[in-house]
Formats: sequence, C-alpha cells, structure tokens
Amino acid sequence: MTDTAIAASSATEYAGRSGFARALNAFVSRLVIIVPYLWLLFFFLVPFIIVFKISLSQTAIAMPPYIPVLGFGEGLSGFWAQLKQLSIDNYLWLTEDALYFNAYVSSVVIAGISTILTLLVGYPIAYGMARAPATLRPTLLMLVILPFWTSFLIRVYAWIGILKPEGLLNQFLLATGIIDQPLIILNTHTAIFIGIVYSYLPFMILPLYSALEKMDFSLIEAAQDLGCPPISAFWKITFPLSIPGVVAGCLLVFIPAVGEFVIPDLLGGSQTLMIGKTLWNEFFANRDWPVSSAVAVILLLLLVIPIMIFQHAQARAQEQGR
Amino acid sequence: MKSLGSIRRSFAPWSDPAAKPYIVFENVTKRFGDFTAVNDLSLSIFEREFFALLGASGCGKSTLLRMLAGFDEPTSGRILLDGQDLRGIPPYKRPVNMMFQSYALFPHMTVENNIAFGLKQEGMAKADIEKRVADMLKLVKLEQFAKRKPHQLSGGQRQRVALARSVAKRPKVLLLDEPLGALDKKLREETQFELMDLQQELGLTFVVVTHDQEEAMTMADRIAILDKGEVMQVATPTEVYEAPASRFVAGFVGNVNMFEGKVASRDAGSARISGGNGLTIKTENAGDASAGSDVVFAIRPEKIKVSSKKPADAEANVAEGEIYDIAYLGDMTVYHVRLADGQVVKASSLNAVRISEDPLSWNDRAWISFRPDAGVVLTR
Amino acid sequence: MNSSWSRFNITSIVLGFAFLYLPIVLLVVFSFNESKLVTVWGGFSTKWYGTLFQNKGLMDAAWVTARVGVISATVATVLGTLAALTLTRYTRFRGRVLFSGMVFAPLVMPEVITGLSLLLLFVAVGLDRGFLTVTLAHITFSMCFVAVVVQSRLLTFDRSLEEAAMDLGAPPVKTFFQITLPVILPAIVSGWMLAFTLSLDDLVIASFTSGPGATTLPMKIYSQVRLGVTPEINAACTILIAVVAVGVIAASVVNKRREVQRLRDEQAAQRG
Repeated sequence: MTDTAIAASSATEYAGRSGFARALNAFVSRLVIIVPYLWLLFFFLVPFIIVFKISLSQTAIAMPPYIPVLGFGEGLSGFWAQLKQLSIDNYLWLTEDALYFNAYVSSVVIAGISTILTLLVGYPIAYGMARAPATLRPTLLMLVILPFWTSFLIRVYAWIGILKPEGLLNQFLLATGIIDQPLIILNTHTAIFIGIVYSYLPFMILPLYSALEKMDFSLIEAAQDLGCPPISAFWKITFPLSIPGVVAGCLLVFIPAVGEFVIPDLLGGSQTLMIGKTLWNEFFANRDWPVSSAVAVILLLLLVIPIMIFQHAQARAQEQGR
Repeated sequence: MKSLGSIRRSFAPWSDPAAKPYIVFENVTKRFGDFTAVNDLSLSIFEREFFALLGASGCGKSTLLRMLAGFDEPTSGRILLDGQDLRGIPPYKRPVNMMFQSYALFPHMTVENNIAFGLKQEGMAKADIEKRVADMLKLVKLEQFAKRKPHQLSGGQRQRVALARSVAKRPKVLLLDEPLGALDKKLREETQFELMDLQQELGLTFVVVTHDQEEAMTMADRIAILDKGEVMQVATPTEVYEAPASRFVAGFVGNVNMFEGKVASRDAGSARISGGNGLTIKTENAGDASAGSDVVFAIRPEKIKVSSKKPADAEANVAEGEIYDIAYLGDMTVYHVRLADGQVVKASSLNAVRISEDPLSWNDRAWISFRPDAGVVLTR
Repeated sequence: MNSSWSRFNITSIVLGFAFLYLPIVLLVVFSFNESKLVTVWGGFSTKWYGTLFQNKGLMDAAWVTARVGVISATVATVLGTLAALTLTRYTRFRGRVLFSGMVFAPLVMPEVITGLSLLLLFVAVGLDRGFLTVTLAHITFSMCFVAVVVQSRLLTFDRSLEEAAMDLGAPPVKTFFQITLPVILPAIVSGWMLAFTLSLDDLVIASFTSGPGATTLPMKIYSQVRLGVTPEINAACTILIAVVAVGVIAASVVNKRREVQRLRDEQAAQRG
C-alpha cells in the first residue's frame, strides 16, 4: 500500500490536525506523477501527433508553410472539411523518389556496419578493463566516460583536421613513407565509420564492461580445468555471458547512428546519403515541412522495433535491479 | 503431565484469566496478491512481555511486525493496542517504534541526530531533546560517539544506536526485526542479555522477530512459533521445548526423535504405544491421544541413554540396536543408534568427565533406554 | 588475477584510449598553433584565444548557451527526479506503461526527430522560436537522462530508511525532504551535471528549436566549421573541453576522496 493510501485512510484519535496534512500528502504524491507526466505528454507525445498530422498536409508558401492548419475557427464542420484535405501524398512522393529510399537503406547499412565495427573495437577494451586490477578499474571507467562529457560536435570536428587530404594522418603517413599519395578519407563512407565508431565507443564499452565485470572469472578457470582451451573458453563461456551487454551496446550505437546528422554532414561530404541529413536538408534548405515530417515518421517506424527491444531490455534490467 | 513453569521470572500474566492482553491480533489475514502471508491469525501479547515471533523465512513473522508498525494493513481482521483498533492509523502516528533489521540509520546524520530524529518530530523542546539524547547515549554506552556518522561505527555500535533511536520516544511497544541478525555469534550472545536488561529497565513491551531459536529461547518470556502464516504454538520456551504441541514444533525447535505408532492402551495420563517395528513404548505424557489412534512419540536426544549392556531399570523403555555413527561435539557426544527395523535414533550424552574412555564404538551392539516421562505423545 | 591481465588486455586498453584521446589532444595542441593553417605547426602562440574573446558572435553564443544550460538543467533535474520517483515508487497507476515509454524513448530517439517534432509543436501553439523554446526543448530531452540516473540510485535505496523515519513520527512529505532527498542528493547532482552537459553539447535540437537572437555555441561553431577548420574554433573547443574536464575531474576526485575517507572510517570503526 502506498503512503498516500495509509494517510488517506488515517482515522480517529491519533488523527488530530491531520485533515489538512492528509490532503497535503495526497496532493503532493499526486503531483509527483502529474507534473512530469503532463510535461512529457505535451512536449514529447503531442509533438509526434503533430508531426504525423503535418506529414499528411500539403506544402504551402505561407507561415507555417503547410495547409491545412487545423483549427476550430470555422466550427466543427469547417474542421471536418480541413480534415478531408489531409492525404498520404507525401508518403507516395517518398516512394516515387529513389533518393529517399536509398537514403533509408544507406542509413541502415552505414549504421549497421558502424555498429559492428564499434563492437569489434569496444569489446577488447571492455574486456581488458573488466580484467584490470580492481583498484585501476574506477579510473579506467572514468577515462571512458570523460570524452562522453566533451562536446559531440567538437569530437567530430577534431577528426576533420586529422582526416583531410593535407591533414595530420596523411602528413604522418607520408612522412614515415608508408604511402606516397595522400589518402582520400574525408568525405567518404570510411570517414563516417570512423566518426561513428569514435563518437559512440563509450556507449558500447559501458554496457559491455558492466556485463563483463559482473562475470565470475573463475568460470573460465573452471572451463580450462575441465579441458577447454582459452580461445574456446572465451567463445563458450565469456561471450555468451556478455550477450546482454552486447545487445544493449549495439542498440545504443545503432539507433542513434541511423538518424545521425552531424557525422555524415561534417565527415561524409555532400554525396553521402543518410536520412538524418536528408531530413535536415528537406527542412532547412527546401523548407518542405510536410515532406520532412513524412521522412521523420518513416524513420521512426524503422526504429520502432530496435527501440522496443531496447525498452524491453531496460525494463528487464530494472526488474533484476529490484 | 507435570506442569512446566517459566524458569526465569515469576511473570506470567498469560496464565491469569483476569489479565487483559495489551496487543491483540484478532483473526488477522494478510494477502499480497495471491500469496497469503498471514492466515486468520489470533494472538495476544501482554504488557511488559518479551514476546518472540519465531519461524523460518516466509512464515509471516515480519508481516505481523510490519502490520503492528503500520507499514502494512491487514486484509481482514483487527489489531488492537491497549484496547484501541489500529486500523487506518499511519505508522507515524502509532505509539510503537521499530528497530530495523538493517538498522536503517540515517547515513547523513550523526548518532545524536539519529537518536533525536523521533523526538524532533514530536515537537519536543530543544533542551529536553538534548537531555533525552544524552540519557539514551548513556544507556547504550555510546557517549563518546555522539558526533560520529553511522559509517564511522562498528556493527555492534550501529546496532546500539538503532536501539537507542527506537526507544528514545518511550514507545508503548518496541518492535525488533531480527535485532541481532547482523552481528557475529559472540557479540550476539552478549547483546541478548543487554536487550533483556534493557527491557527490564525500561519496562517496555518487546515484540521480537527472529529465525534463531536459541535467541528466542534465551530472551523471550513467550514464543509464538509460526509456519505458513499460522500460529503453531504460543508458549514459554520450556513448554515449547519440553511439551511441543505438534510434530512441526517438535521438529522445528531443537533435535528430536520421533516414533510412529498406535495407542495400544491408555489410562489416566499414561499410555502404551506400539510402533510398527514391534517396539512398545510406555509413556506418562499421553496428552489427548485416544486408544487406537495413530500418534507420534517424540523424545529429545539428551533424554535417551545409550549403554553397551542392557540396562537393569525395569520401568524404562529399552531397545537394542547398533552404533551407526558417533559425533563428538566437545561438550557432548551424539550417538546414532540403528534399531532392528532400521530407524536411526539420536542420543546425546554430556561429556562431564574430561578424557574418558568411550566404551562404545562403531558397529557395537548397544541399548537405548528412556524413562516413561521422558517424551511426549503428539497427535498433530 | 594479475596474471590474467595479459599483454593482450593491456595493449587493447592502451590502443583504445589512444584512439579516444588522440584527436582531442591534437585539437588542443593545434589551438596553440601560430600558423593560420590548422594542420601545419608554426610555433607556439596563444593569439587565437585573444581573437576568440574579441569575437562578439561567439561570446554572445557562449552566454546564451550558459543560460540555457543552467536553466534547462535545473528544471530538468526537478522534473527528472519526479519522474524517477514515479517510476520507482508508484508501480500501479493508469498509463504507467506509456509513462515509462515516454521517459526511455528520448534516450535513443534520433535528435532530428526530437528537434523537428518540438519545432512543429512550438509553431502549432504559436510560440516564437528563441531562448524560451530552446530551453523548453532541452528540458524535455535532458529530464529523461536525469530520470534514468536518479532512478538507478532509487532502485538501490534502502526503503527501511523511510520506514524508520515514518516509524519515528515523520509524515511522508517530511520524510521525503529530510531523509530521501539528502540520501539521493549525489545522484541528483550528477543528474544536473549530465543535463547541463547535454544542453551545452546539443546542436541538432537547438538548430530546430532556436530562433534569432538565441544562437547557441554549438550552432555558432557548426556554422563556422562548415566554412573550414580554423585555429580560433580550436581555441573555443579547447576552452569548452577544459571547462567540462575540470568539472568532471574535480567532481570525481571529490567523490573518490570521500569514498576513501569513508573506507578509512569504516575500517577504523571495525578496529576500535
């Protein structure tokens, strides 16, 4: 039973001045739920409904640049007439123009490849951290988290200076004689991969580390004692036990990477097609609000499944935490 | 059956029909969803009593305590304190205080602020609070630790702060949830006696929840033994041990040997029980067992004598067997004797003499014997 | 245990941290470059910091960002803490599934969607884009991060502390302010810091929801970066990194010290 319920049913002799206090307690505990609830409804859920509605509207040269602008100014019948103007034209437009389809596909492909690369880079680091001496682990953990606190934009920006044709990487490679022609990395997919792996690495390492750190390493010793060689013990014991971390890490990288804007925009150059960038351009350059809304709705649908998996995993972790 | 009195004190309001109980659980049931934690339970506790709720985890003992404190409300039934129904009264308005198993010391407050917390809620004058806190610190011998935070104390000190905090408000009833559970064995034994002294000194009613039977036996005036949300027996420690009400109680408290059998004959208090193994047991504690009924005869290991020769005592119950196992425990030795039908009987004997040759060894023939008044007949 | 920390593990950690830190280190180093060409070392100089402070556009943007950050982090901390309390304390109320969905979804929502949807909301209700709208947007997405941080603290919170307070006569609201809040305060503080950094960091959502006169620092940096890498931007970035790094390191050193002191106290208490 909640505190409120007890307070609300408070009775008789001990009650004293509790009438007011009781009402106050009940009111306050209601407020705890209501305030954040209403905030999120208004600033998170309602905006999505608006996005959906506008995705069914027509572009117009006006402010706001779409029609119909739903409203009850002309009464209920007027509202109904406005409603009839909604159409799925924008969605049809998205299917007709191969640009959008390609953008979605290449977003998913780029995000997928980057996720795998991040996992490959992050796993050995997380593993090494989990096996580091216990006294060193908090420091290592802080070192992983620290870049996360520094601006995303800055970290992406730092790579421009490194990757560009006359940049530091090429200078270094030319000076050491490894190559004799500067590598073209900036404004290619490779640069995007590097950018995503770099930016999202902490998101991968943290869940992996927490899964590996919890693991009892005497299990490995037991496996080896039972005749299992180290490599095989890794695949048969360590990796399966770290799968919750792998799943969480991959989702935390993949989901935001699909809709990523800054990295493809700064590192990928003009010919890279990613949906976050397409949406941005549709909105800011073409000022086509209905089409960018439709792009957003489809992007959301694309991410619903991974987001649901993520939520489910979160809820389960929370259950276990209790 | 001979009457079994309380050894400790001549304090026994429960045997006085005129005495009015202080805390009454009246047909209390508590369900959590499908799970019934407490099932139609009735119980009376008297003023100034040291009462123990004993049971395994999940038996409902903590739920009873939490209902008394006000953290849970009974699904049905009533709880009365000093004649007043507690239903609907929130925990912060009940005249009972609780000492938590985890101690629940406020980590951000000093020892003295922890102890003063409840007094401040009452709106007590500042000078009075200071005086009371000083008294409490003295009571638990922590005067020099007043300014420390909980994490700067040892386990035993924390336990004493928790105790001081819960008695500072002079509650009518003090509830103790596994009060010694977090202490090591040695400290636990010392603290048991401190708690008993404190209860005497303050004249409070103590209700303690524990899973440790020794703890309950040592401290409590009476013990309620709980299983699956029901009371199995409420009695003094002596009664619980020497005259358990059921097989469950006999098995739960201490070690016991049980013989299954039928009542062959009975007159007055005594009876003859014939076991399936051909053994016939004479007993003087037949209770309410009627002739012909299936019963269990229960006897504690220390009441059984083991000898290498057949005992001469004509009164005693005697059976022949073979030494199956010997466990030397220092203060005593436990013999496991296998009877003809294969039942293994435990018999313990005190090692009163230092280094004596044990005449019994593995696989020796041996006789067990016990007096007719040594065990009890259990019908439930 | 030490033997198992093999050469392979050490190597992967060293390489991993080099990868994480080298770009940032290079960026900082080249902010002290004399030459205007960012990638060619022309000697040590702090002149770019001088020009940076005379760049009124950047300074204004920094001021906007600081105000948005402090206000949004503070409101987000209050709302996020309430949301965390709701999630952990009220296990049954109508719409709980929807509520927890709305708390967790923004954590992984692509920023372009959050930004676009909030902008369209502001247009729909006729709110002019500017300082207020950016702040509201930042509150909305950072409160969810605060909620997660505070929630994980509340899950390990010993409820018997609250029960003890109530048992000693403190009503629920008083119990919350005297016991619960002080005990979870460190989590709330780190929630605030996280919300502040997220606000400081955000480009995409700010670009959608901000308007004239409320250009934030990331927006300003972004518009200059698109024109090319300049030592001045390196200097601005270095200052931002320094501010955040000093804050985070100081906080963790304080924490660490407190932890060590606590361990020492506990050991001393056990001995004596």
